[in-house]
Amino acid sequence: MERESMEFDVVIVGAGPAGLSAACKLMQLAEEKDQELMVCVIEKGSEVGAHILSGAVLEPTAMNELFPDWKEKGAPIKTQVKGDEVYYLTGENKGIKTPNFLIPKPMHNEGNYIVSMANVSRWLAEQAEGMGVEIFPGFTASEILFNDDGSVKGVLTGDMGVAEDGSEKDGYMPGMELLAKQTIFAEGCRGHLGKQLMETFNLRDNVDPQHYGLGIKEVWTIEPEKHQEGLVVHTAGWPLDDHTEGGGFLYHMENNQVALGFIIALNYTNPHLSPFDEMQRWKLNPKIAHFLEGGERVAYGARAVNKGGMQSVPKLSFPGGLLVGCDAGFLNGAKIKGNHTAMKTGMLAAEAIMESMLAGDISSKELSLLDEKYKASWVFDELHKTRNFGPALHKFGTVIGGAFAWLDQNIFAGKLPFTWHNTTPDHETLKPAALAKAPVYPKPDGKLTFDKLSSVFLSSTNHEEDQPCHLKLNDPSIPISQNLPLYDEPAQRYCPAGVYEVVADENGEKKFQINGQNCVHCKTCDIKDPAQNITWVTPEGGGGPNYGNM
Amino acid sequence: MKILVGVKRVVDYNVRIQVKADGSGVATDGVKMSMNPFDEIAVEEALRIKEAGKAEEVVAVTIGPKVCQEQLRTALAMGADRAIHVETDDQTQPLTGARILKAVADKEEPKIVLLGKQAIDDDNNQTAQMLAGLSHWPQATFASEVVIDGDTAQVTREIDSGLETLSVDLPAVISVDLRLNEPRYVKLPNIMKAKRKPIEVLTLAELNVEVAPSVTVLKTSTPAKREAGIKVESVDELVTILKEKGLI
Ligand SMILES: Cc1cc2nc3c(=O)[nH]c(=O)nc-3n(C[C@H](O)[C@H](O)[C@H](O)COP(=O)(O)OP(=O)(O)OC[C@H]3O[C@@H](n4cnc5c(N)ncnc54)[C@H](O)[C@@H]3O)c2cc1C
Ligand code: SF4
Repeated sequence: MERESMEFDVVIVGAGPAGLSAACKLMQLAEEKDQELMVCVIEKGSEVGAHILSGAVLEPTAMNELFPDWKEKGAPIKTQVKGDEVYYLTGENKGIKTPNFLIPKPMHNEGNYIVSMANVSRWLAEQAEGMGVEIFPGFTASEILFNDDGSVKGVLTGDMGVAEDGSEKDGYMPGMELLAKQTIFAEGCRGHLGKQLMETFNLRDNVDPQHYGLGIKEVWTIEPEKHQEGLVVHTAGWPLDDHTEGGGFLYHMENNQVALGFIIALNYTNPHLSPFDEMQRWKLNPKIAHFLEGGERVAYGARAVNKGGMQSVPKLSFPGGLLVGCDAGFLNGAKIKGNHTAMKTGMLAAEAIMESMLAGDISSKELSLLDEKYKASWVFDELHKTRNFGPALHKFGTVIGGAFAWLDQNIFAGKLPFTWHNTTPDHETLKPAALAKAPVYPKPDGKLTFDKLSSVFLSSTNHEEDQPCHLKLNDPSIPISQNLPLYDEPAQRYCPAGVYEVVADENGEKKFQINGQNCVHCKTCDIKDPAQNITWVTPEGGGGPNYGNM
Repeated sequence: MKILVGVKRVVDYNVRIQVKADGSGVATDGVKMSMNPFDEIAVEEALRIKEAGKAEEVVAVTIGPKVCQEQLRTALAMGADRAIHVETDDQTQPLTGARILKAVADKEEPKIVLLGKQAIDDDNNQTAQMLAGLSHWPQATFASEVVIDGDTAQVTREIDSGLETLSVDLPAVISVDLRLNEPRYVKLPNIMKAKRKPIEVLTLAELNVEVAPSVTVLKTSTPAKREAGIKVESVDELVTILKEKGLI
């Protein structure tokens, strides 16, 4: 089919911190070097920020470099961290405050800010547009476009107005080709195009598999007398056992609001575990509950993070394009912070593009300059220092591993002369259901804990109803024939939006049901399905959550 | 023939509304805003009339603070020819809105003013009717079909008992209902072009209209939560409980 096309110098996929920082930096450099540059950013959310979910405690390093005057420019970065508390929860009712000196160094937060990354992204988008960048929210990059020589020539935006059966509805609008000399992929964790690029160009040769966590987050408005703007609370331990990594956070933002959430490593082994229910019951511990009682939950969402760190970073350049931010996997797992590294790697990509452009034609070239720049940057130093943090927790459990992490970070400053590896991908870690004990989760009380459906409601998620399902099963029979008997089909529990259900039809026959319209685009199913049978693809543009200040 | 279409910026229909803690209104900070869905239908209808060769120009107009220009850009990207922004930071109630639209209509002299039947933020369903009254123009509200025939418009409207078809002389005010049409998707190149189209900005002083709120909002609150129901075992039990509650 003949498609319409538009040409740019650089096309950026994803308006998150990585993509938008790349766009801003490109325009700054273009002005500095007196170059004309056409840059566009496409974003699958209905507006910039609609799909951005982060903690977030922001380390302002990259922001200081990108916009040294961000304060004067009115960036929504206002709440300085004023207190930093870590609790080790030992049970539903108990927890002990960890003395400051026992906390691994990367977890300290002096000089950082509590922000809504969705709002920071909106602000970055304003800056970028002010410098001439075209930003198109509501449009997905659904496919990668290749030249005959195999190099990337751009992306295809998703068709609009396709019915569930694949037929064209009234007002059908075919996708457009967006062509570029270089395409920057900044889709965030488990980008669906990034995943294809890593396969096509063997970008993951000689690196460890990526490791992931699922973060489930809520925003609450709490009673003013309980609110302590700037206070950061982290918890380890309960409700997870010693073999499951993860922890909770609660950040006091502005306006009597707190952002709180729980991150669970997706290499968990018990197929009966439900990250959503773990998060819900975690709120019952008095260390968390005392803030929330009398308050009101106003938002809910979930998103995967990649935490493989240095050992899992793939090659970043390939003919015609670059990978940046969490699409590549630059989150610092020891800090659970990836916004500053996402921003910085976006900026490095901009530098690599501009420097190469001044030296010659960059069309469909492989700019390995980015890989060099990354290795010479503070992002690499940071990931190198904390490289043994994750594997230690994995190898020795959270108690002994945690102790190692403390020694490694506080005494040796990450300089121990060895590197540990974790080579088992997260989808291979589940034990058979018959060998694992099912946790007993308390029933939602409607005050502190809730069910999945009323939670998804608060994510303002919406997908055009009549469209093809965007969760593809390579083999539709696997959920019932294989996953159900072996693992009691874990998708029913790991999906934080209740998209997957095993139901019985009229004849009592079991059926795998996908409620795709509830999907909050967290990407967990694509990561954790033990058969790697689920592929997340882009739904119609604009579909998905509509996060406010997540 | 020229068509003037009203476009209002409202909280997006997907967003779960939150009432401000002090009850002074609905929280809009960091909340997604969009064009009122009924106005989108109005813009679409205006474009279809133009594309059918029955109108030459579609002009979109909005009232509100600077940010409302985003919604005018959407109208331009859909295909509107021009856009007018009446800038005011004050809240506009229906009567003020109607007065402003009348002033704009006096200036632009359109044959049709197309409006959404109501805005989903306050659900007033008044502006079109008030505008028709102030202008002494015929009105056809809740349109589910519009056919232009020379100097008249045949408008089918949805009413309780079914459909009613009116014939109104132009100029007229038409307010549109949900089933009139399915608004189009906007194309990327049109979004780019829309960003470069100029927007005419008018002040209330220029239009000689004053914002004079005629209604005071006392309080905004969330609907009371429904209490969980209970299951009864038998009709007798149901009757007993209803009696206890004094309901029968
Ligand atoms: C619960 C949680 C807590 C966290 N806490 C912190 C913290 O306190 N501090 C910190 O620094 N970091 C934190 N992080 C990590 C941080 O959020 C990420 O590192 C950061 O968001 C990565 O930025 P990014 O730009 O690479 O990707 P993202 O922020 O994921 O942005 C990607 C954007 O691309 C869009 N997109 C993706 N695919 C497509 C496509 N095909 N077409 C069009 N658009 C597309 C998405 O909709 C999205 O808007 C946290 C993460 C989670 C989940
Ligand atoms: S369907 Fe997959 S991507 Fe969507 S919410 Fe569920 S686990 Fe996340």
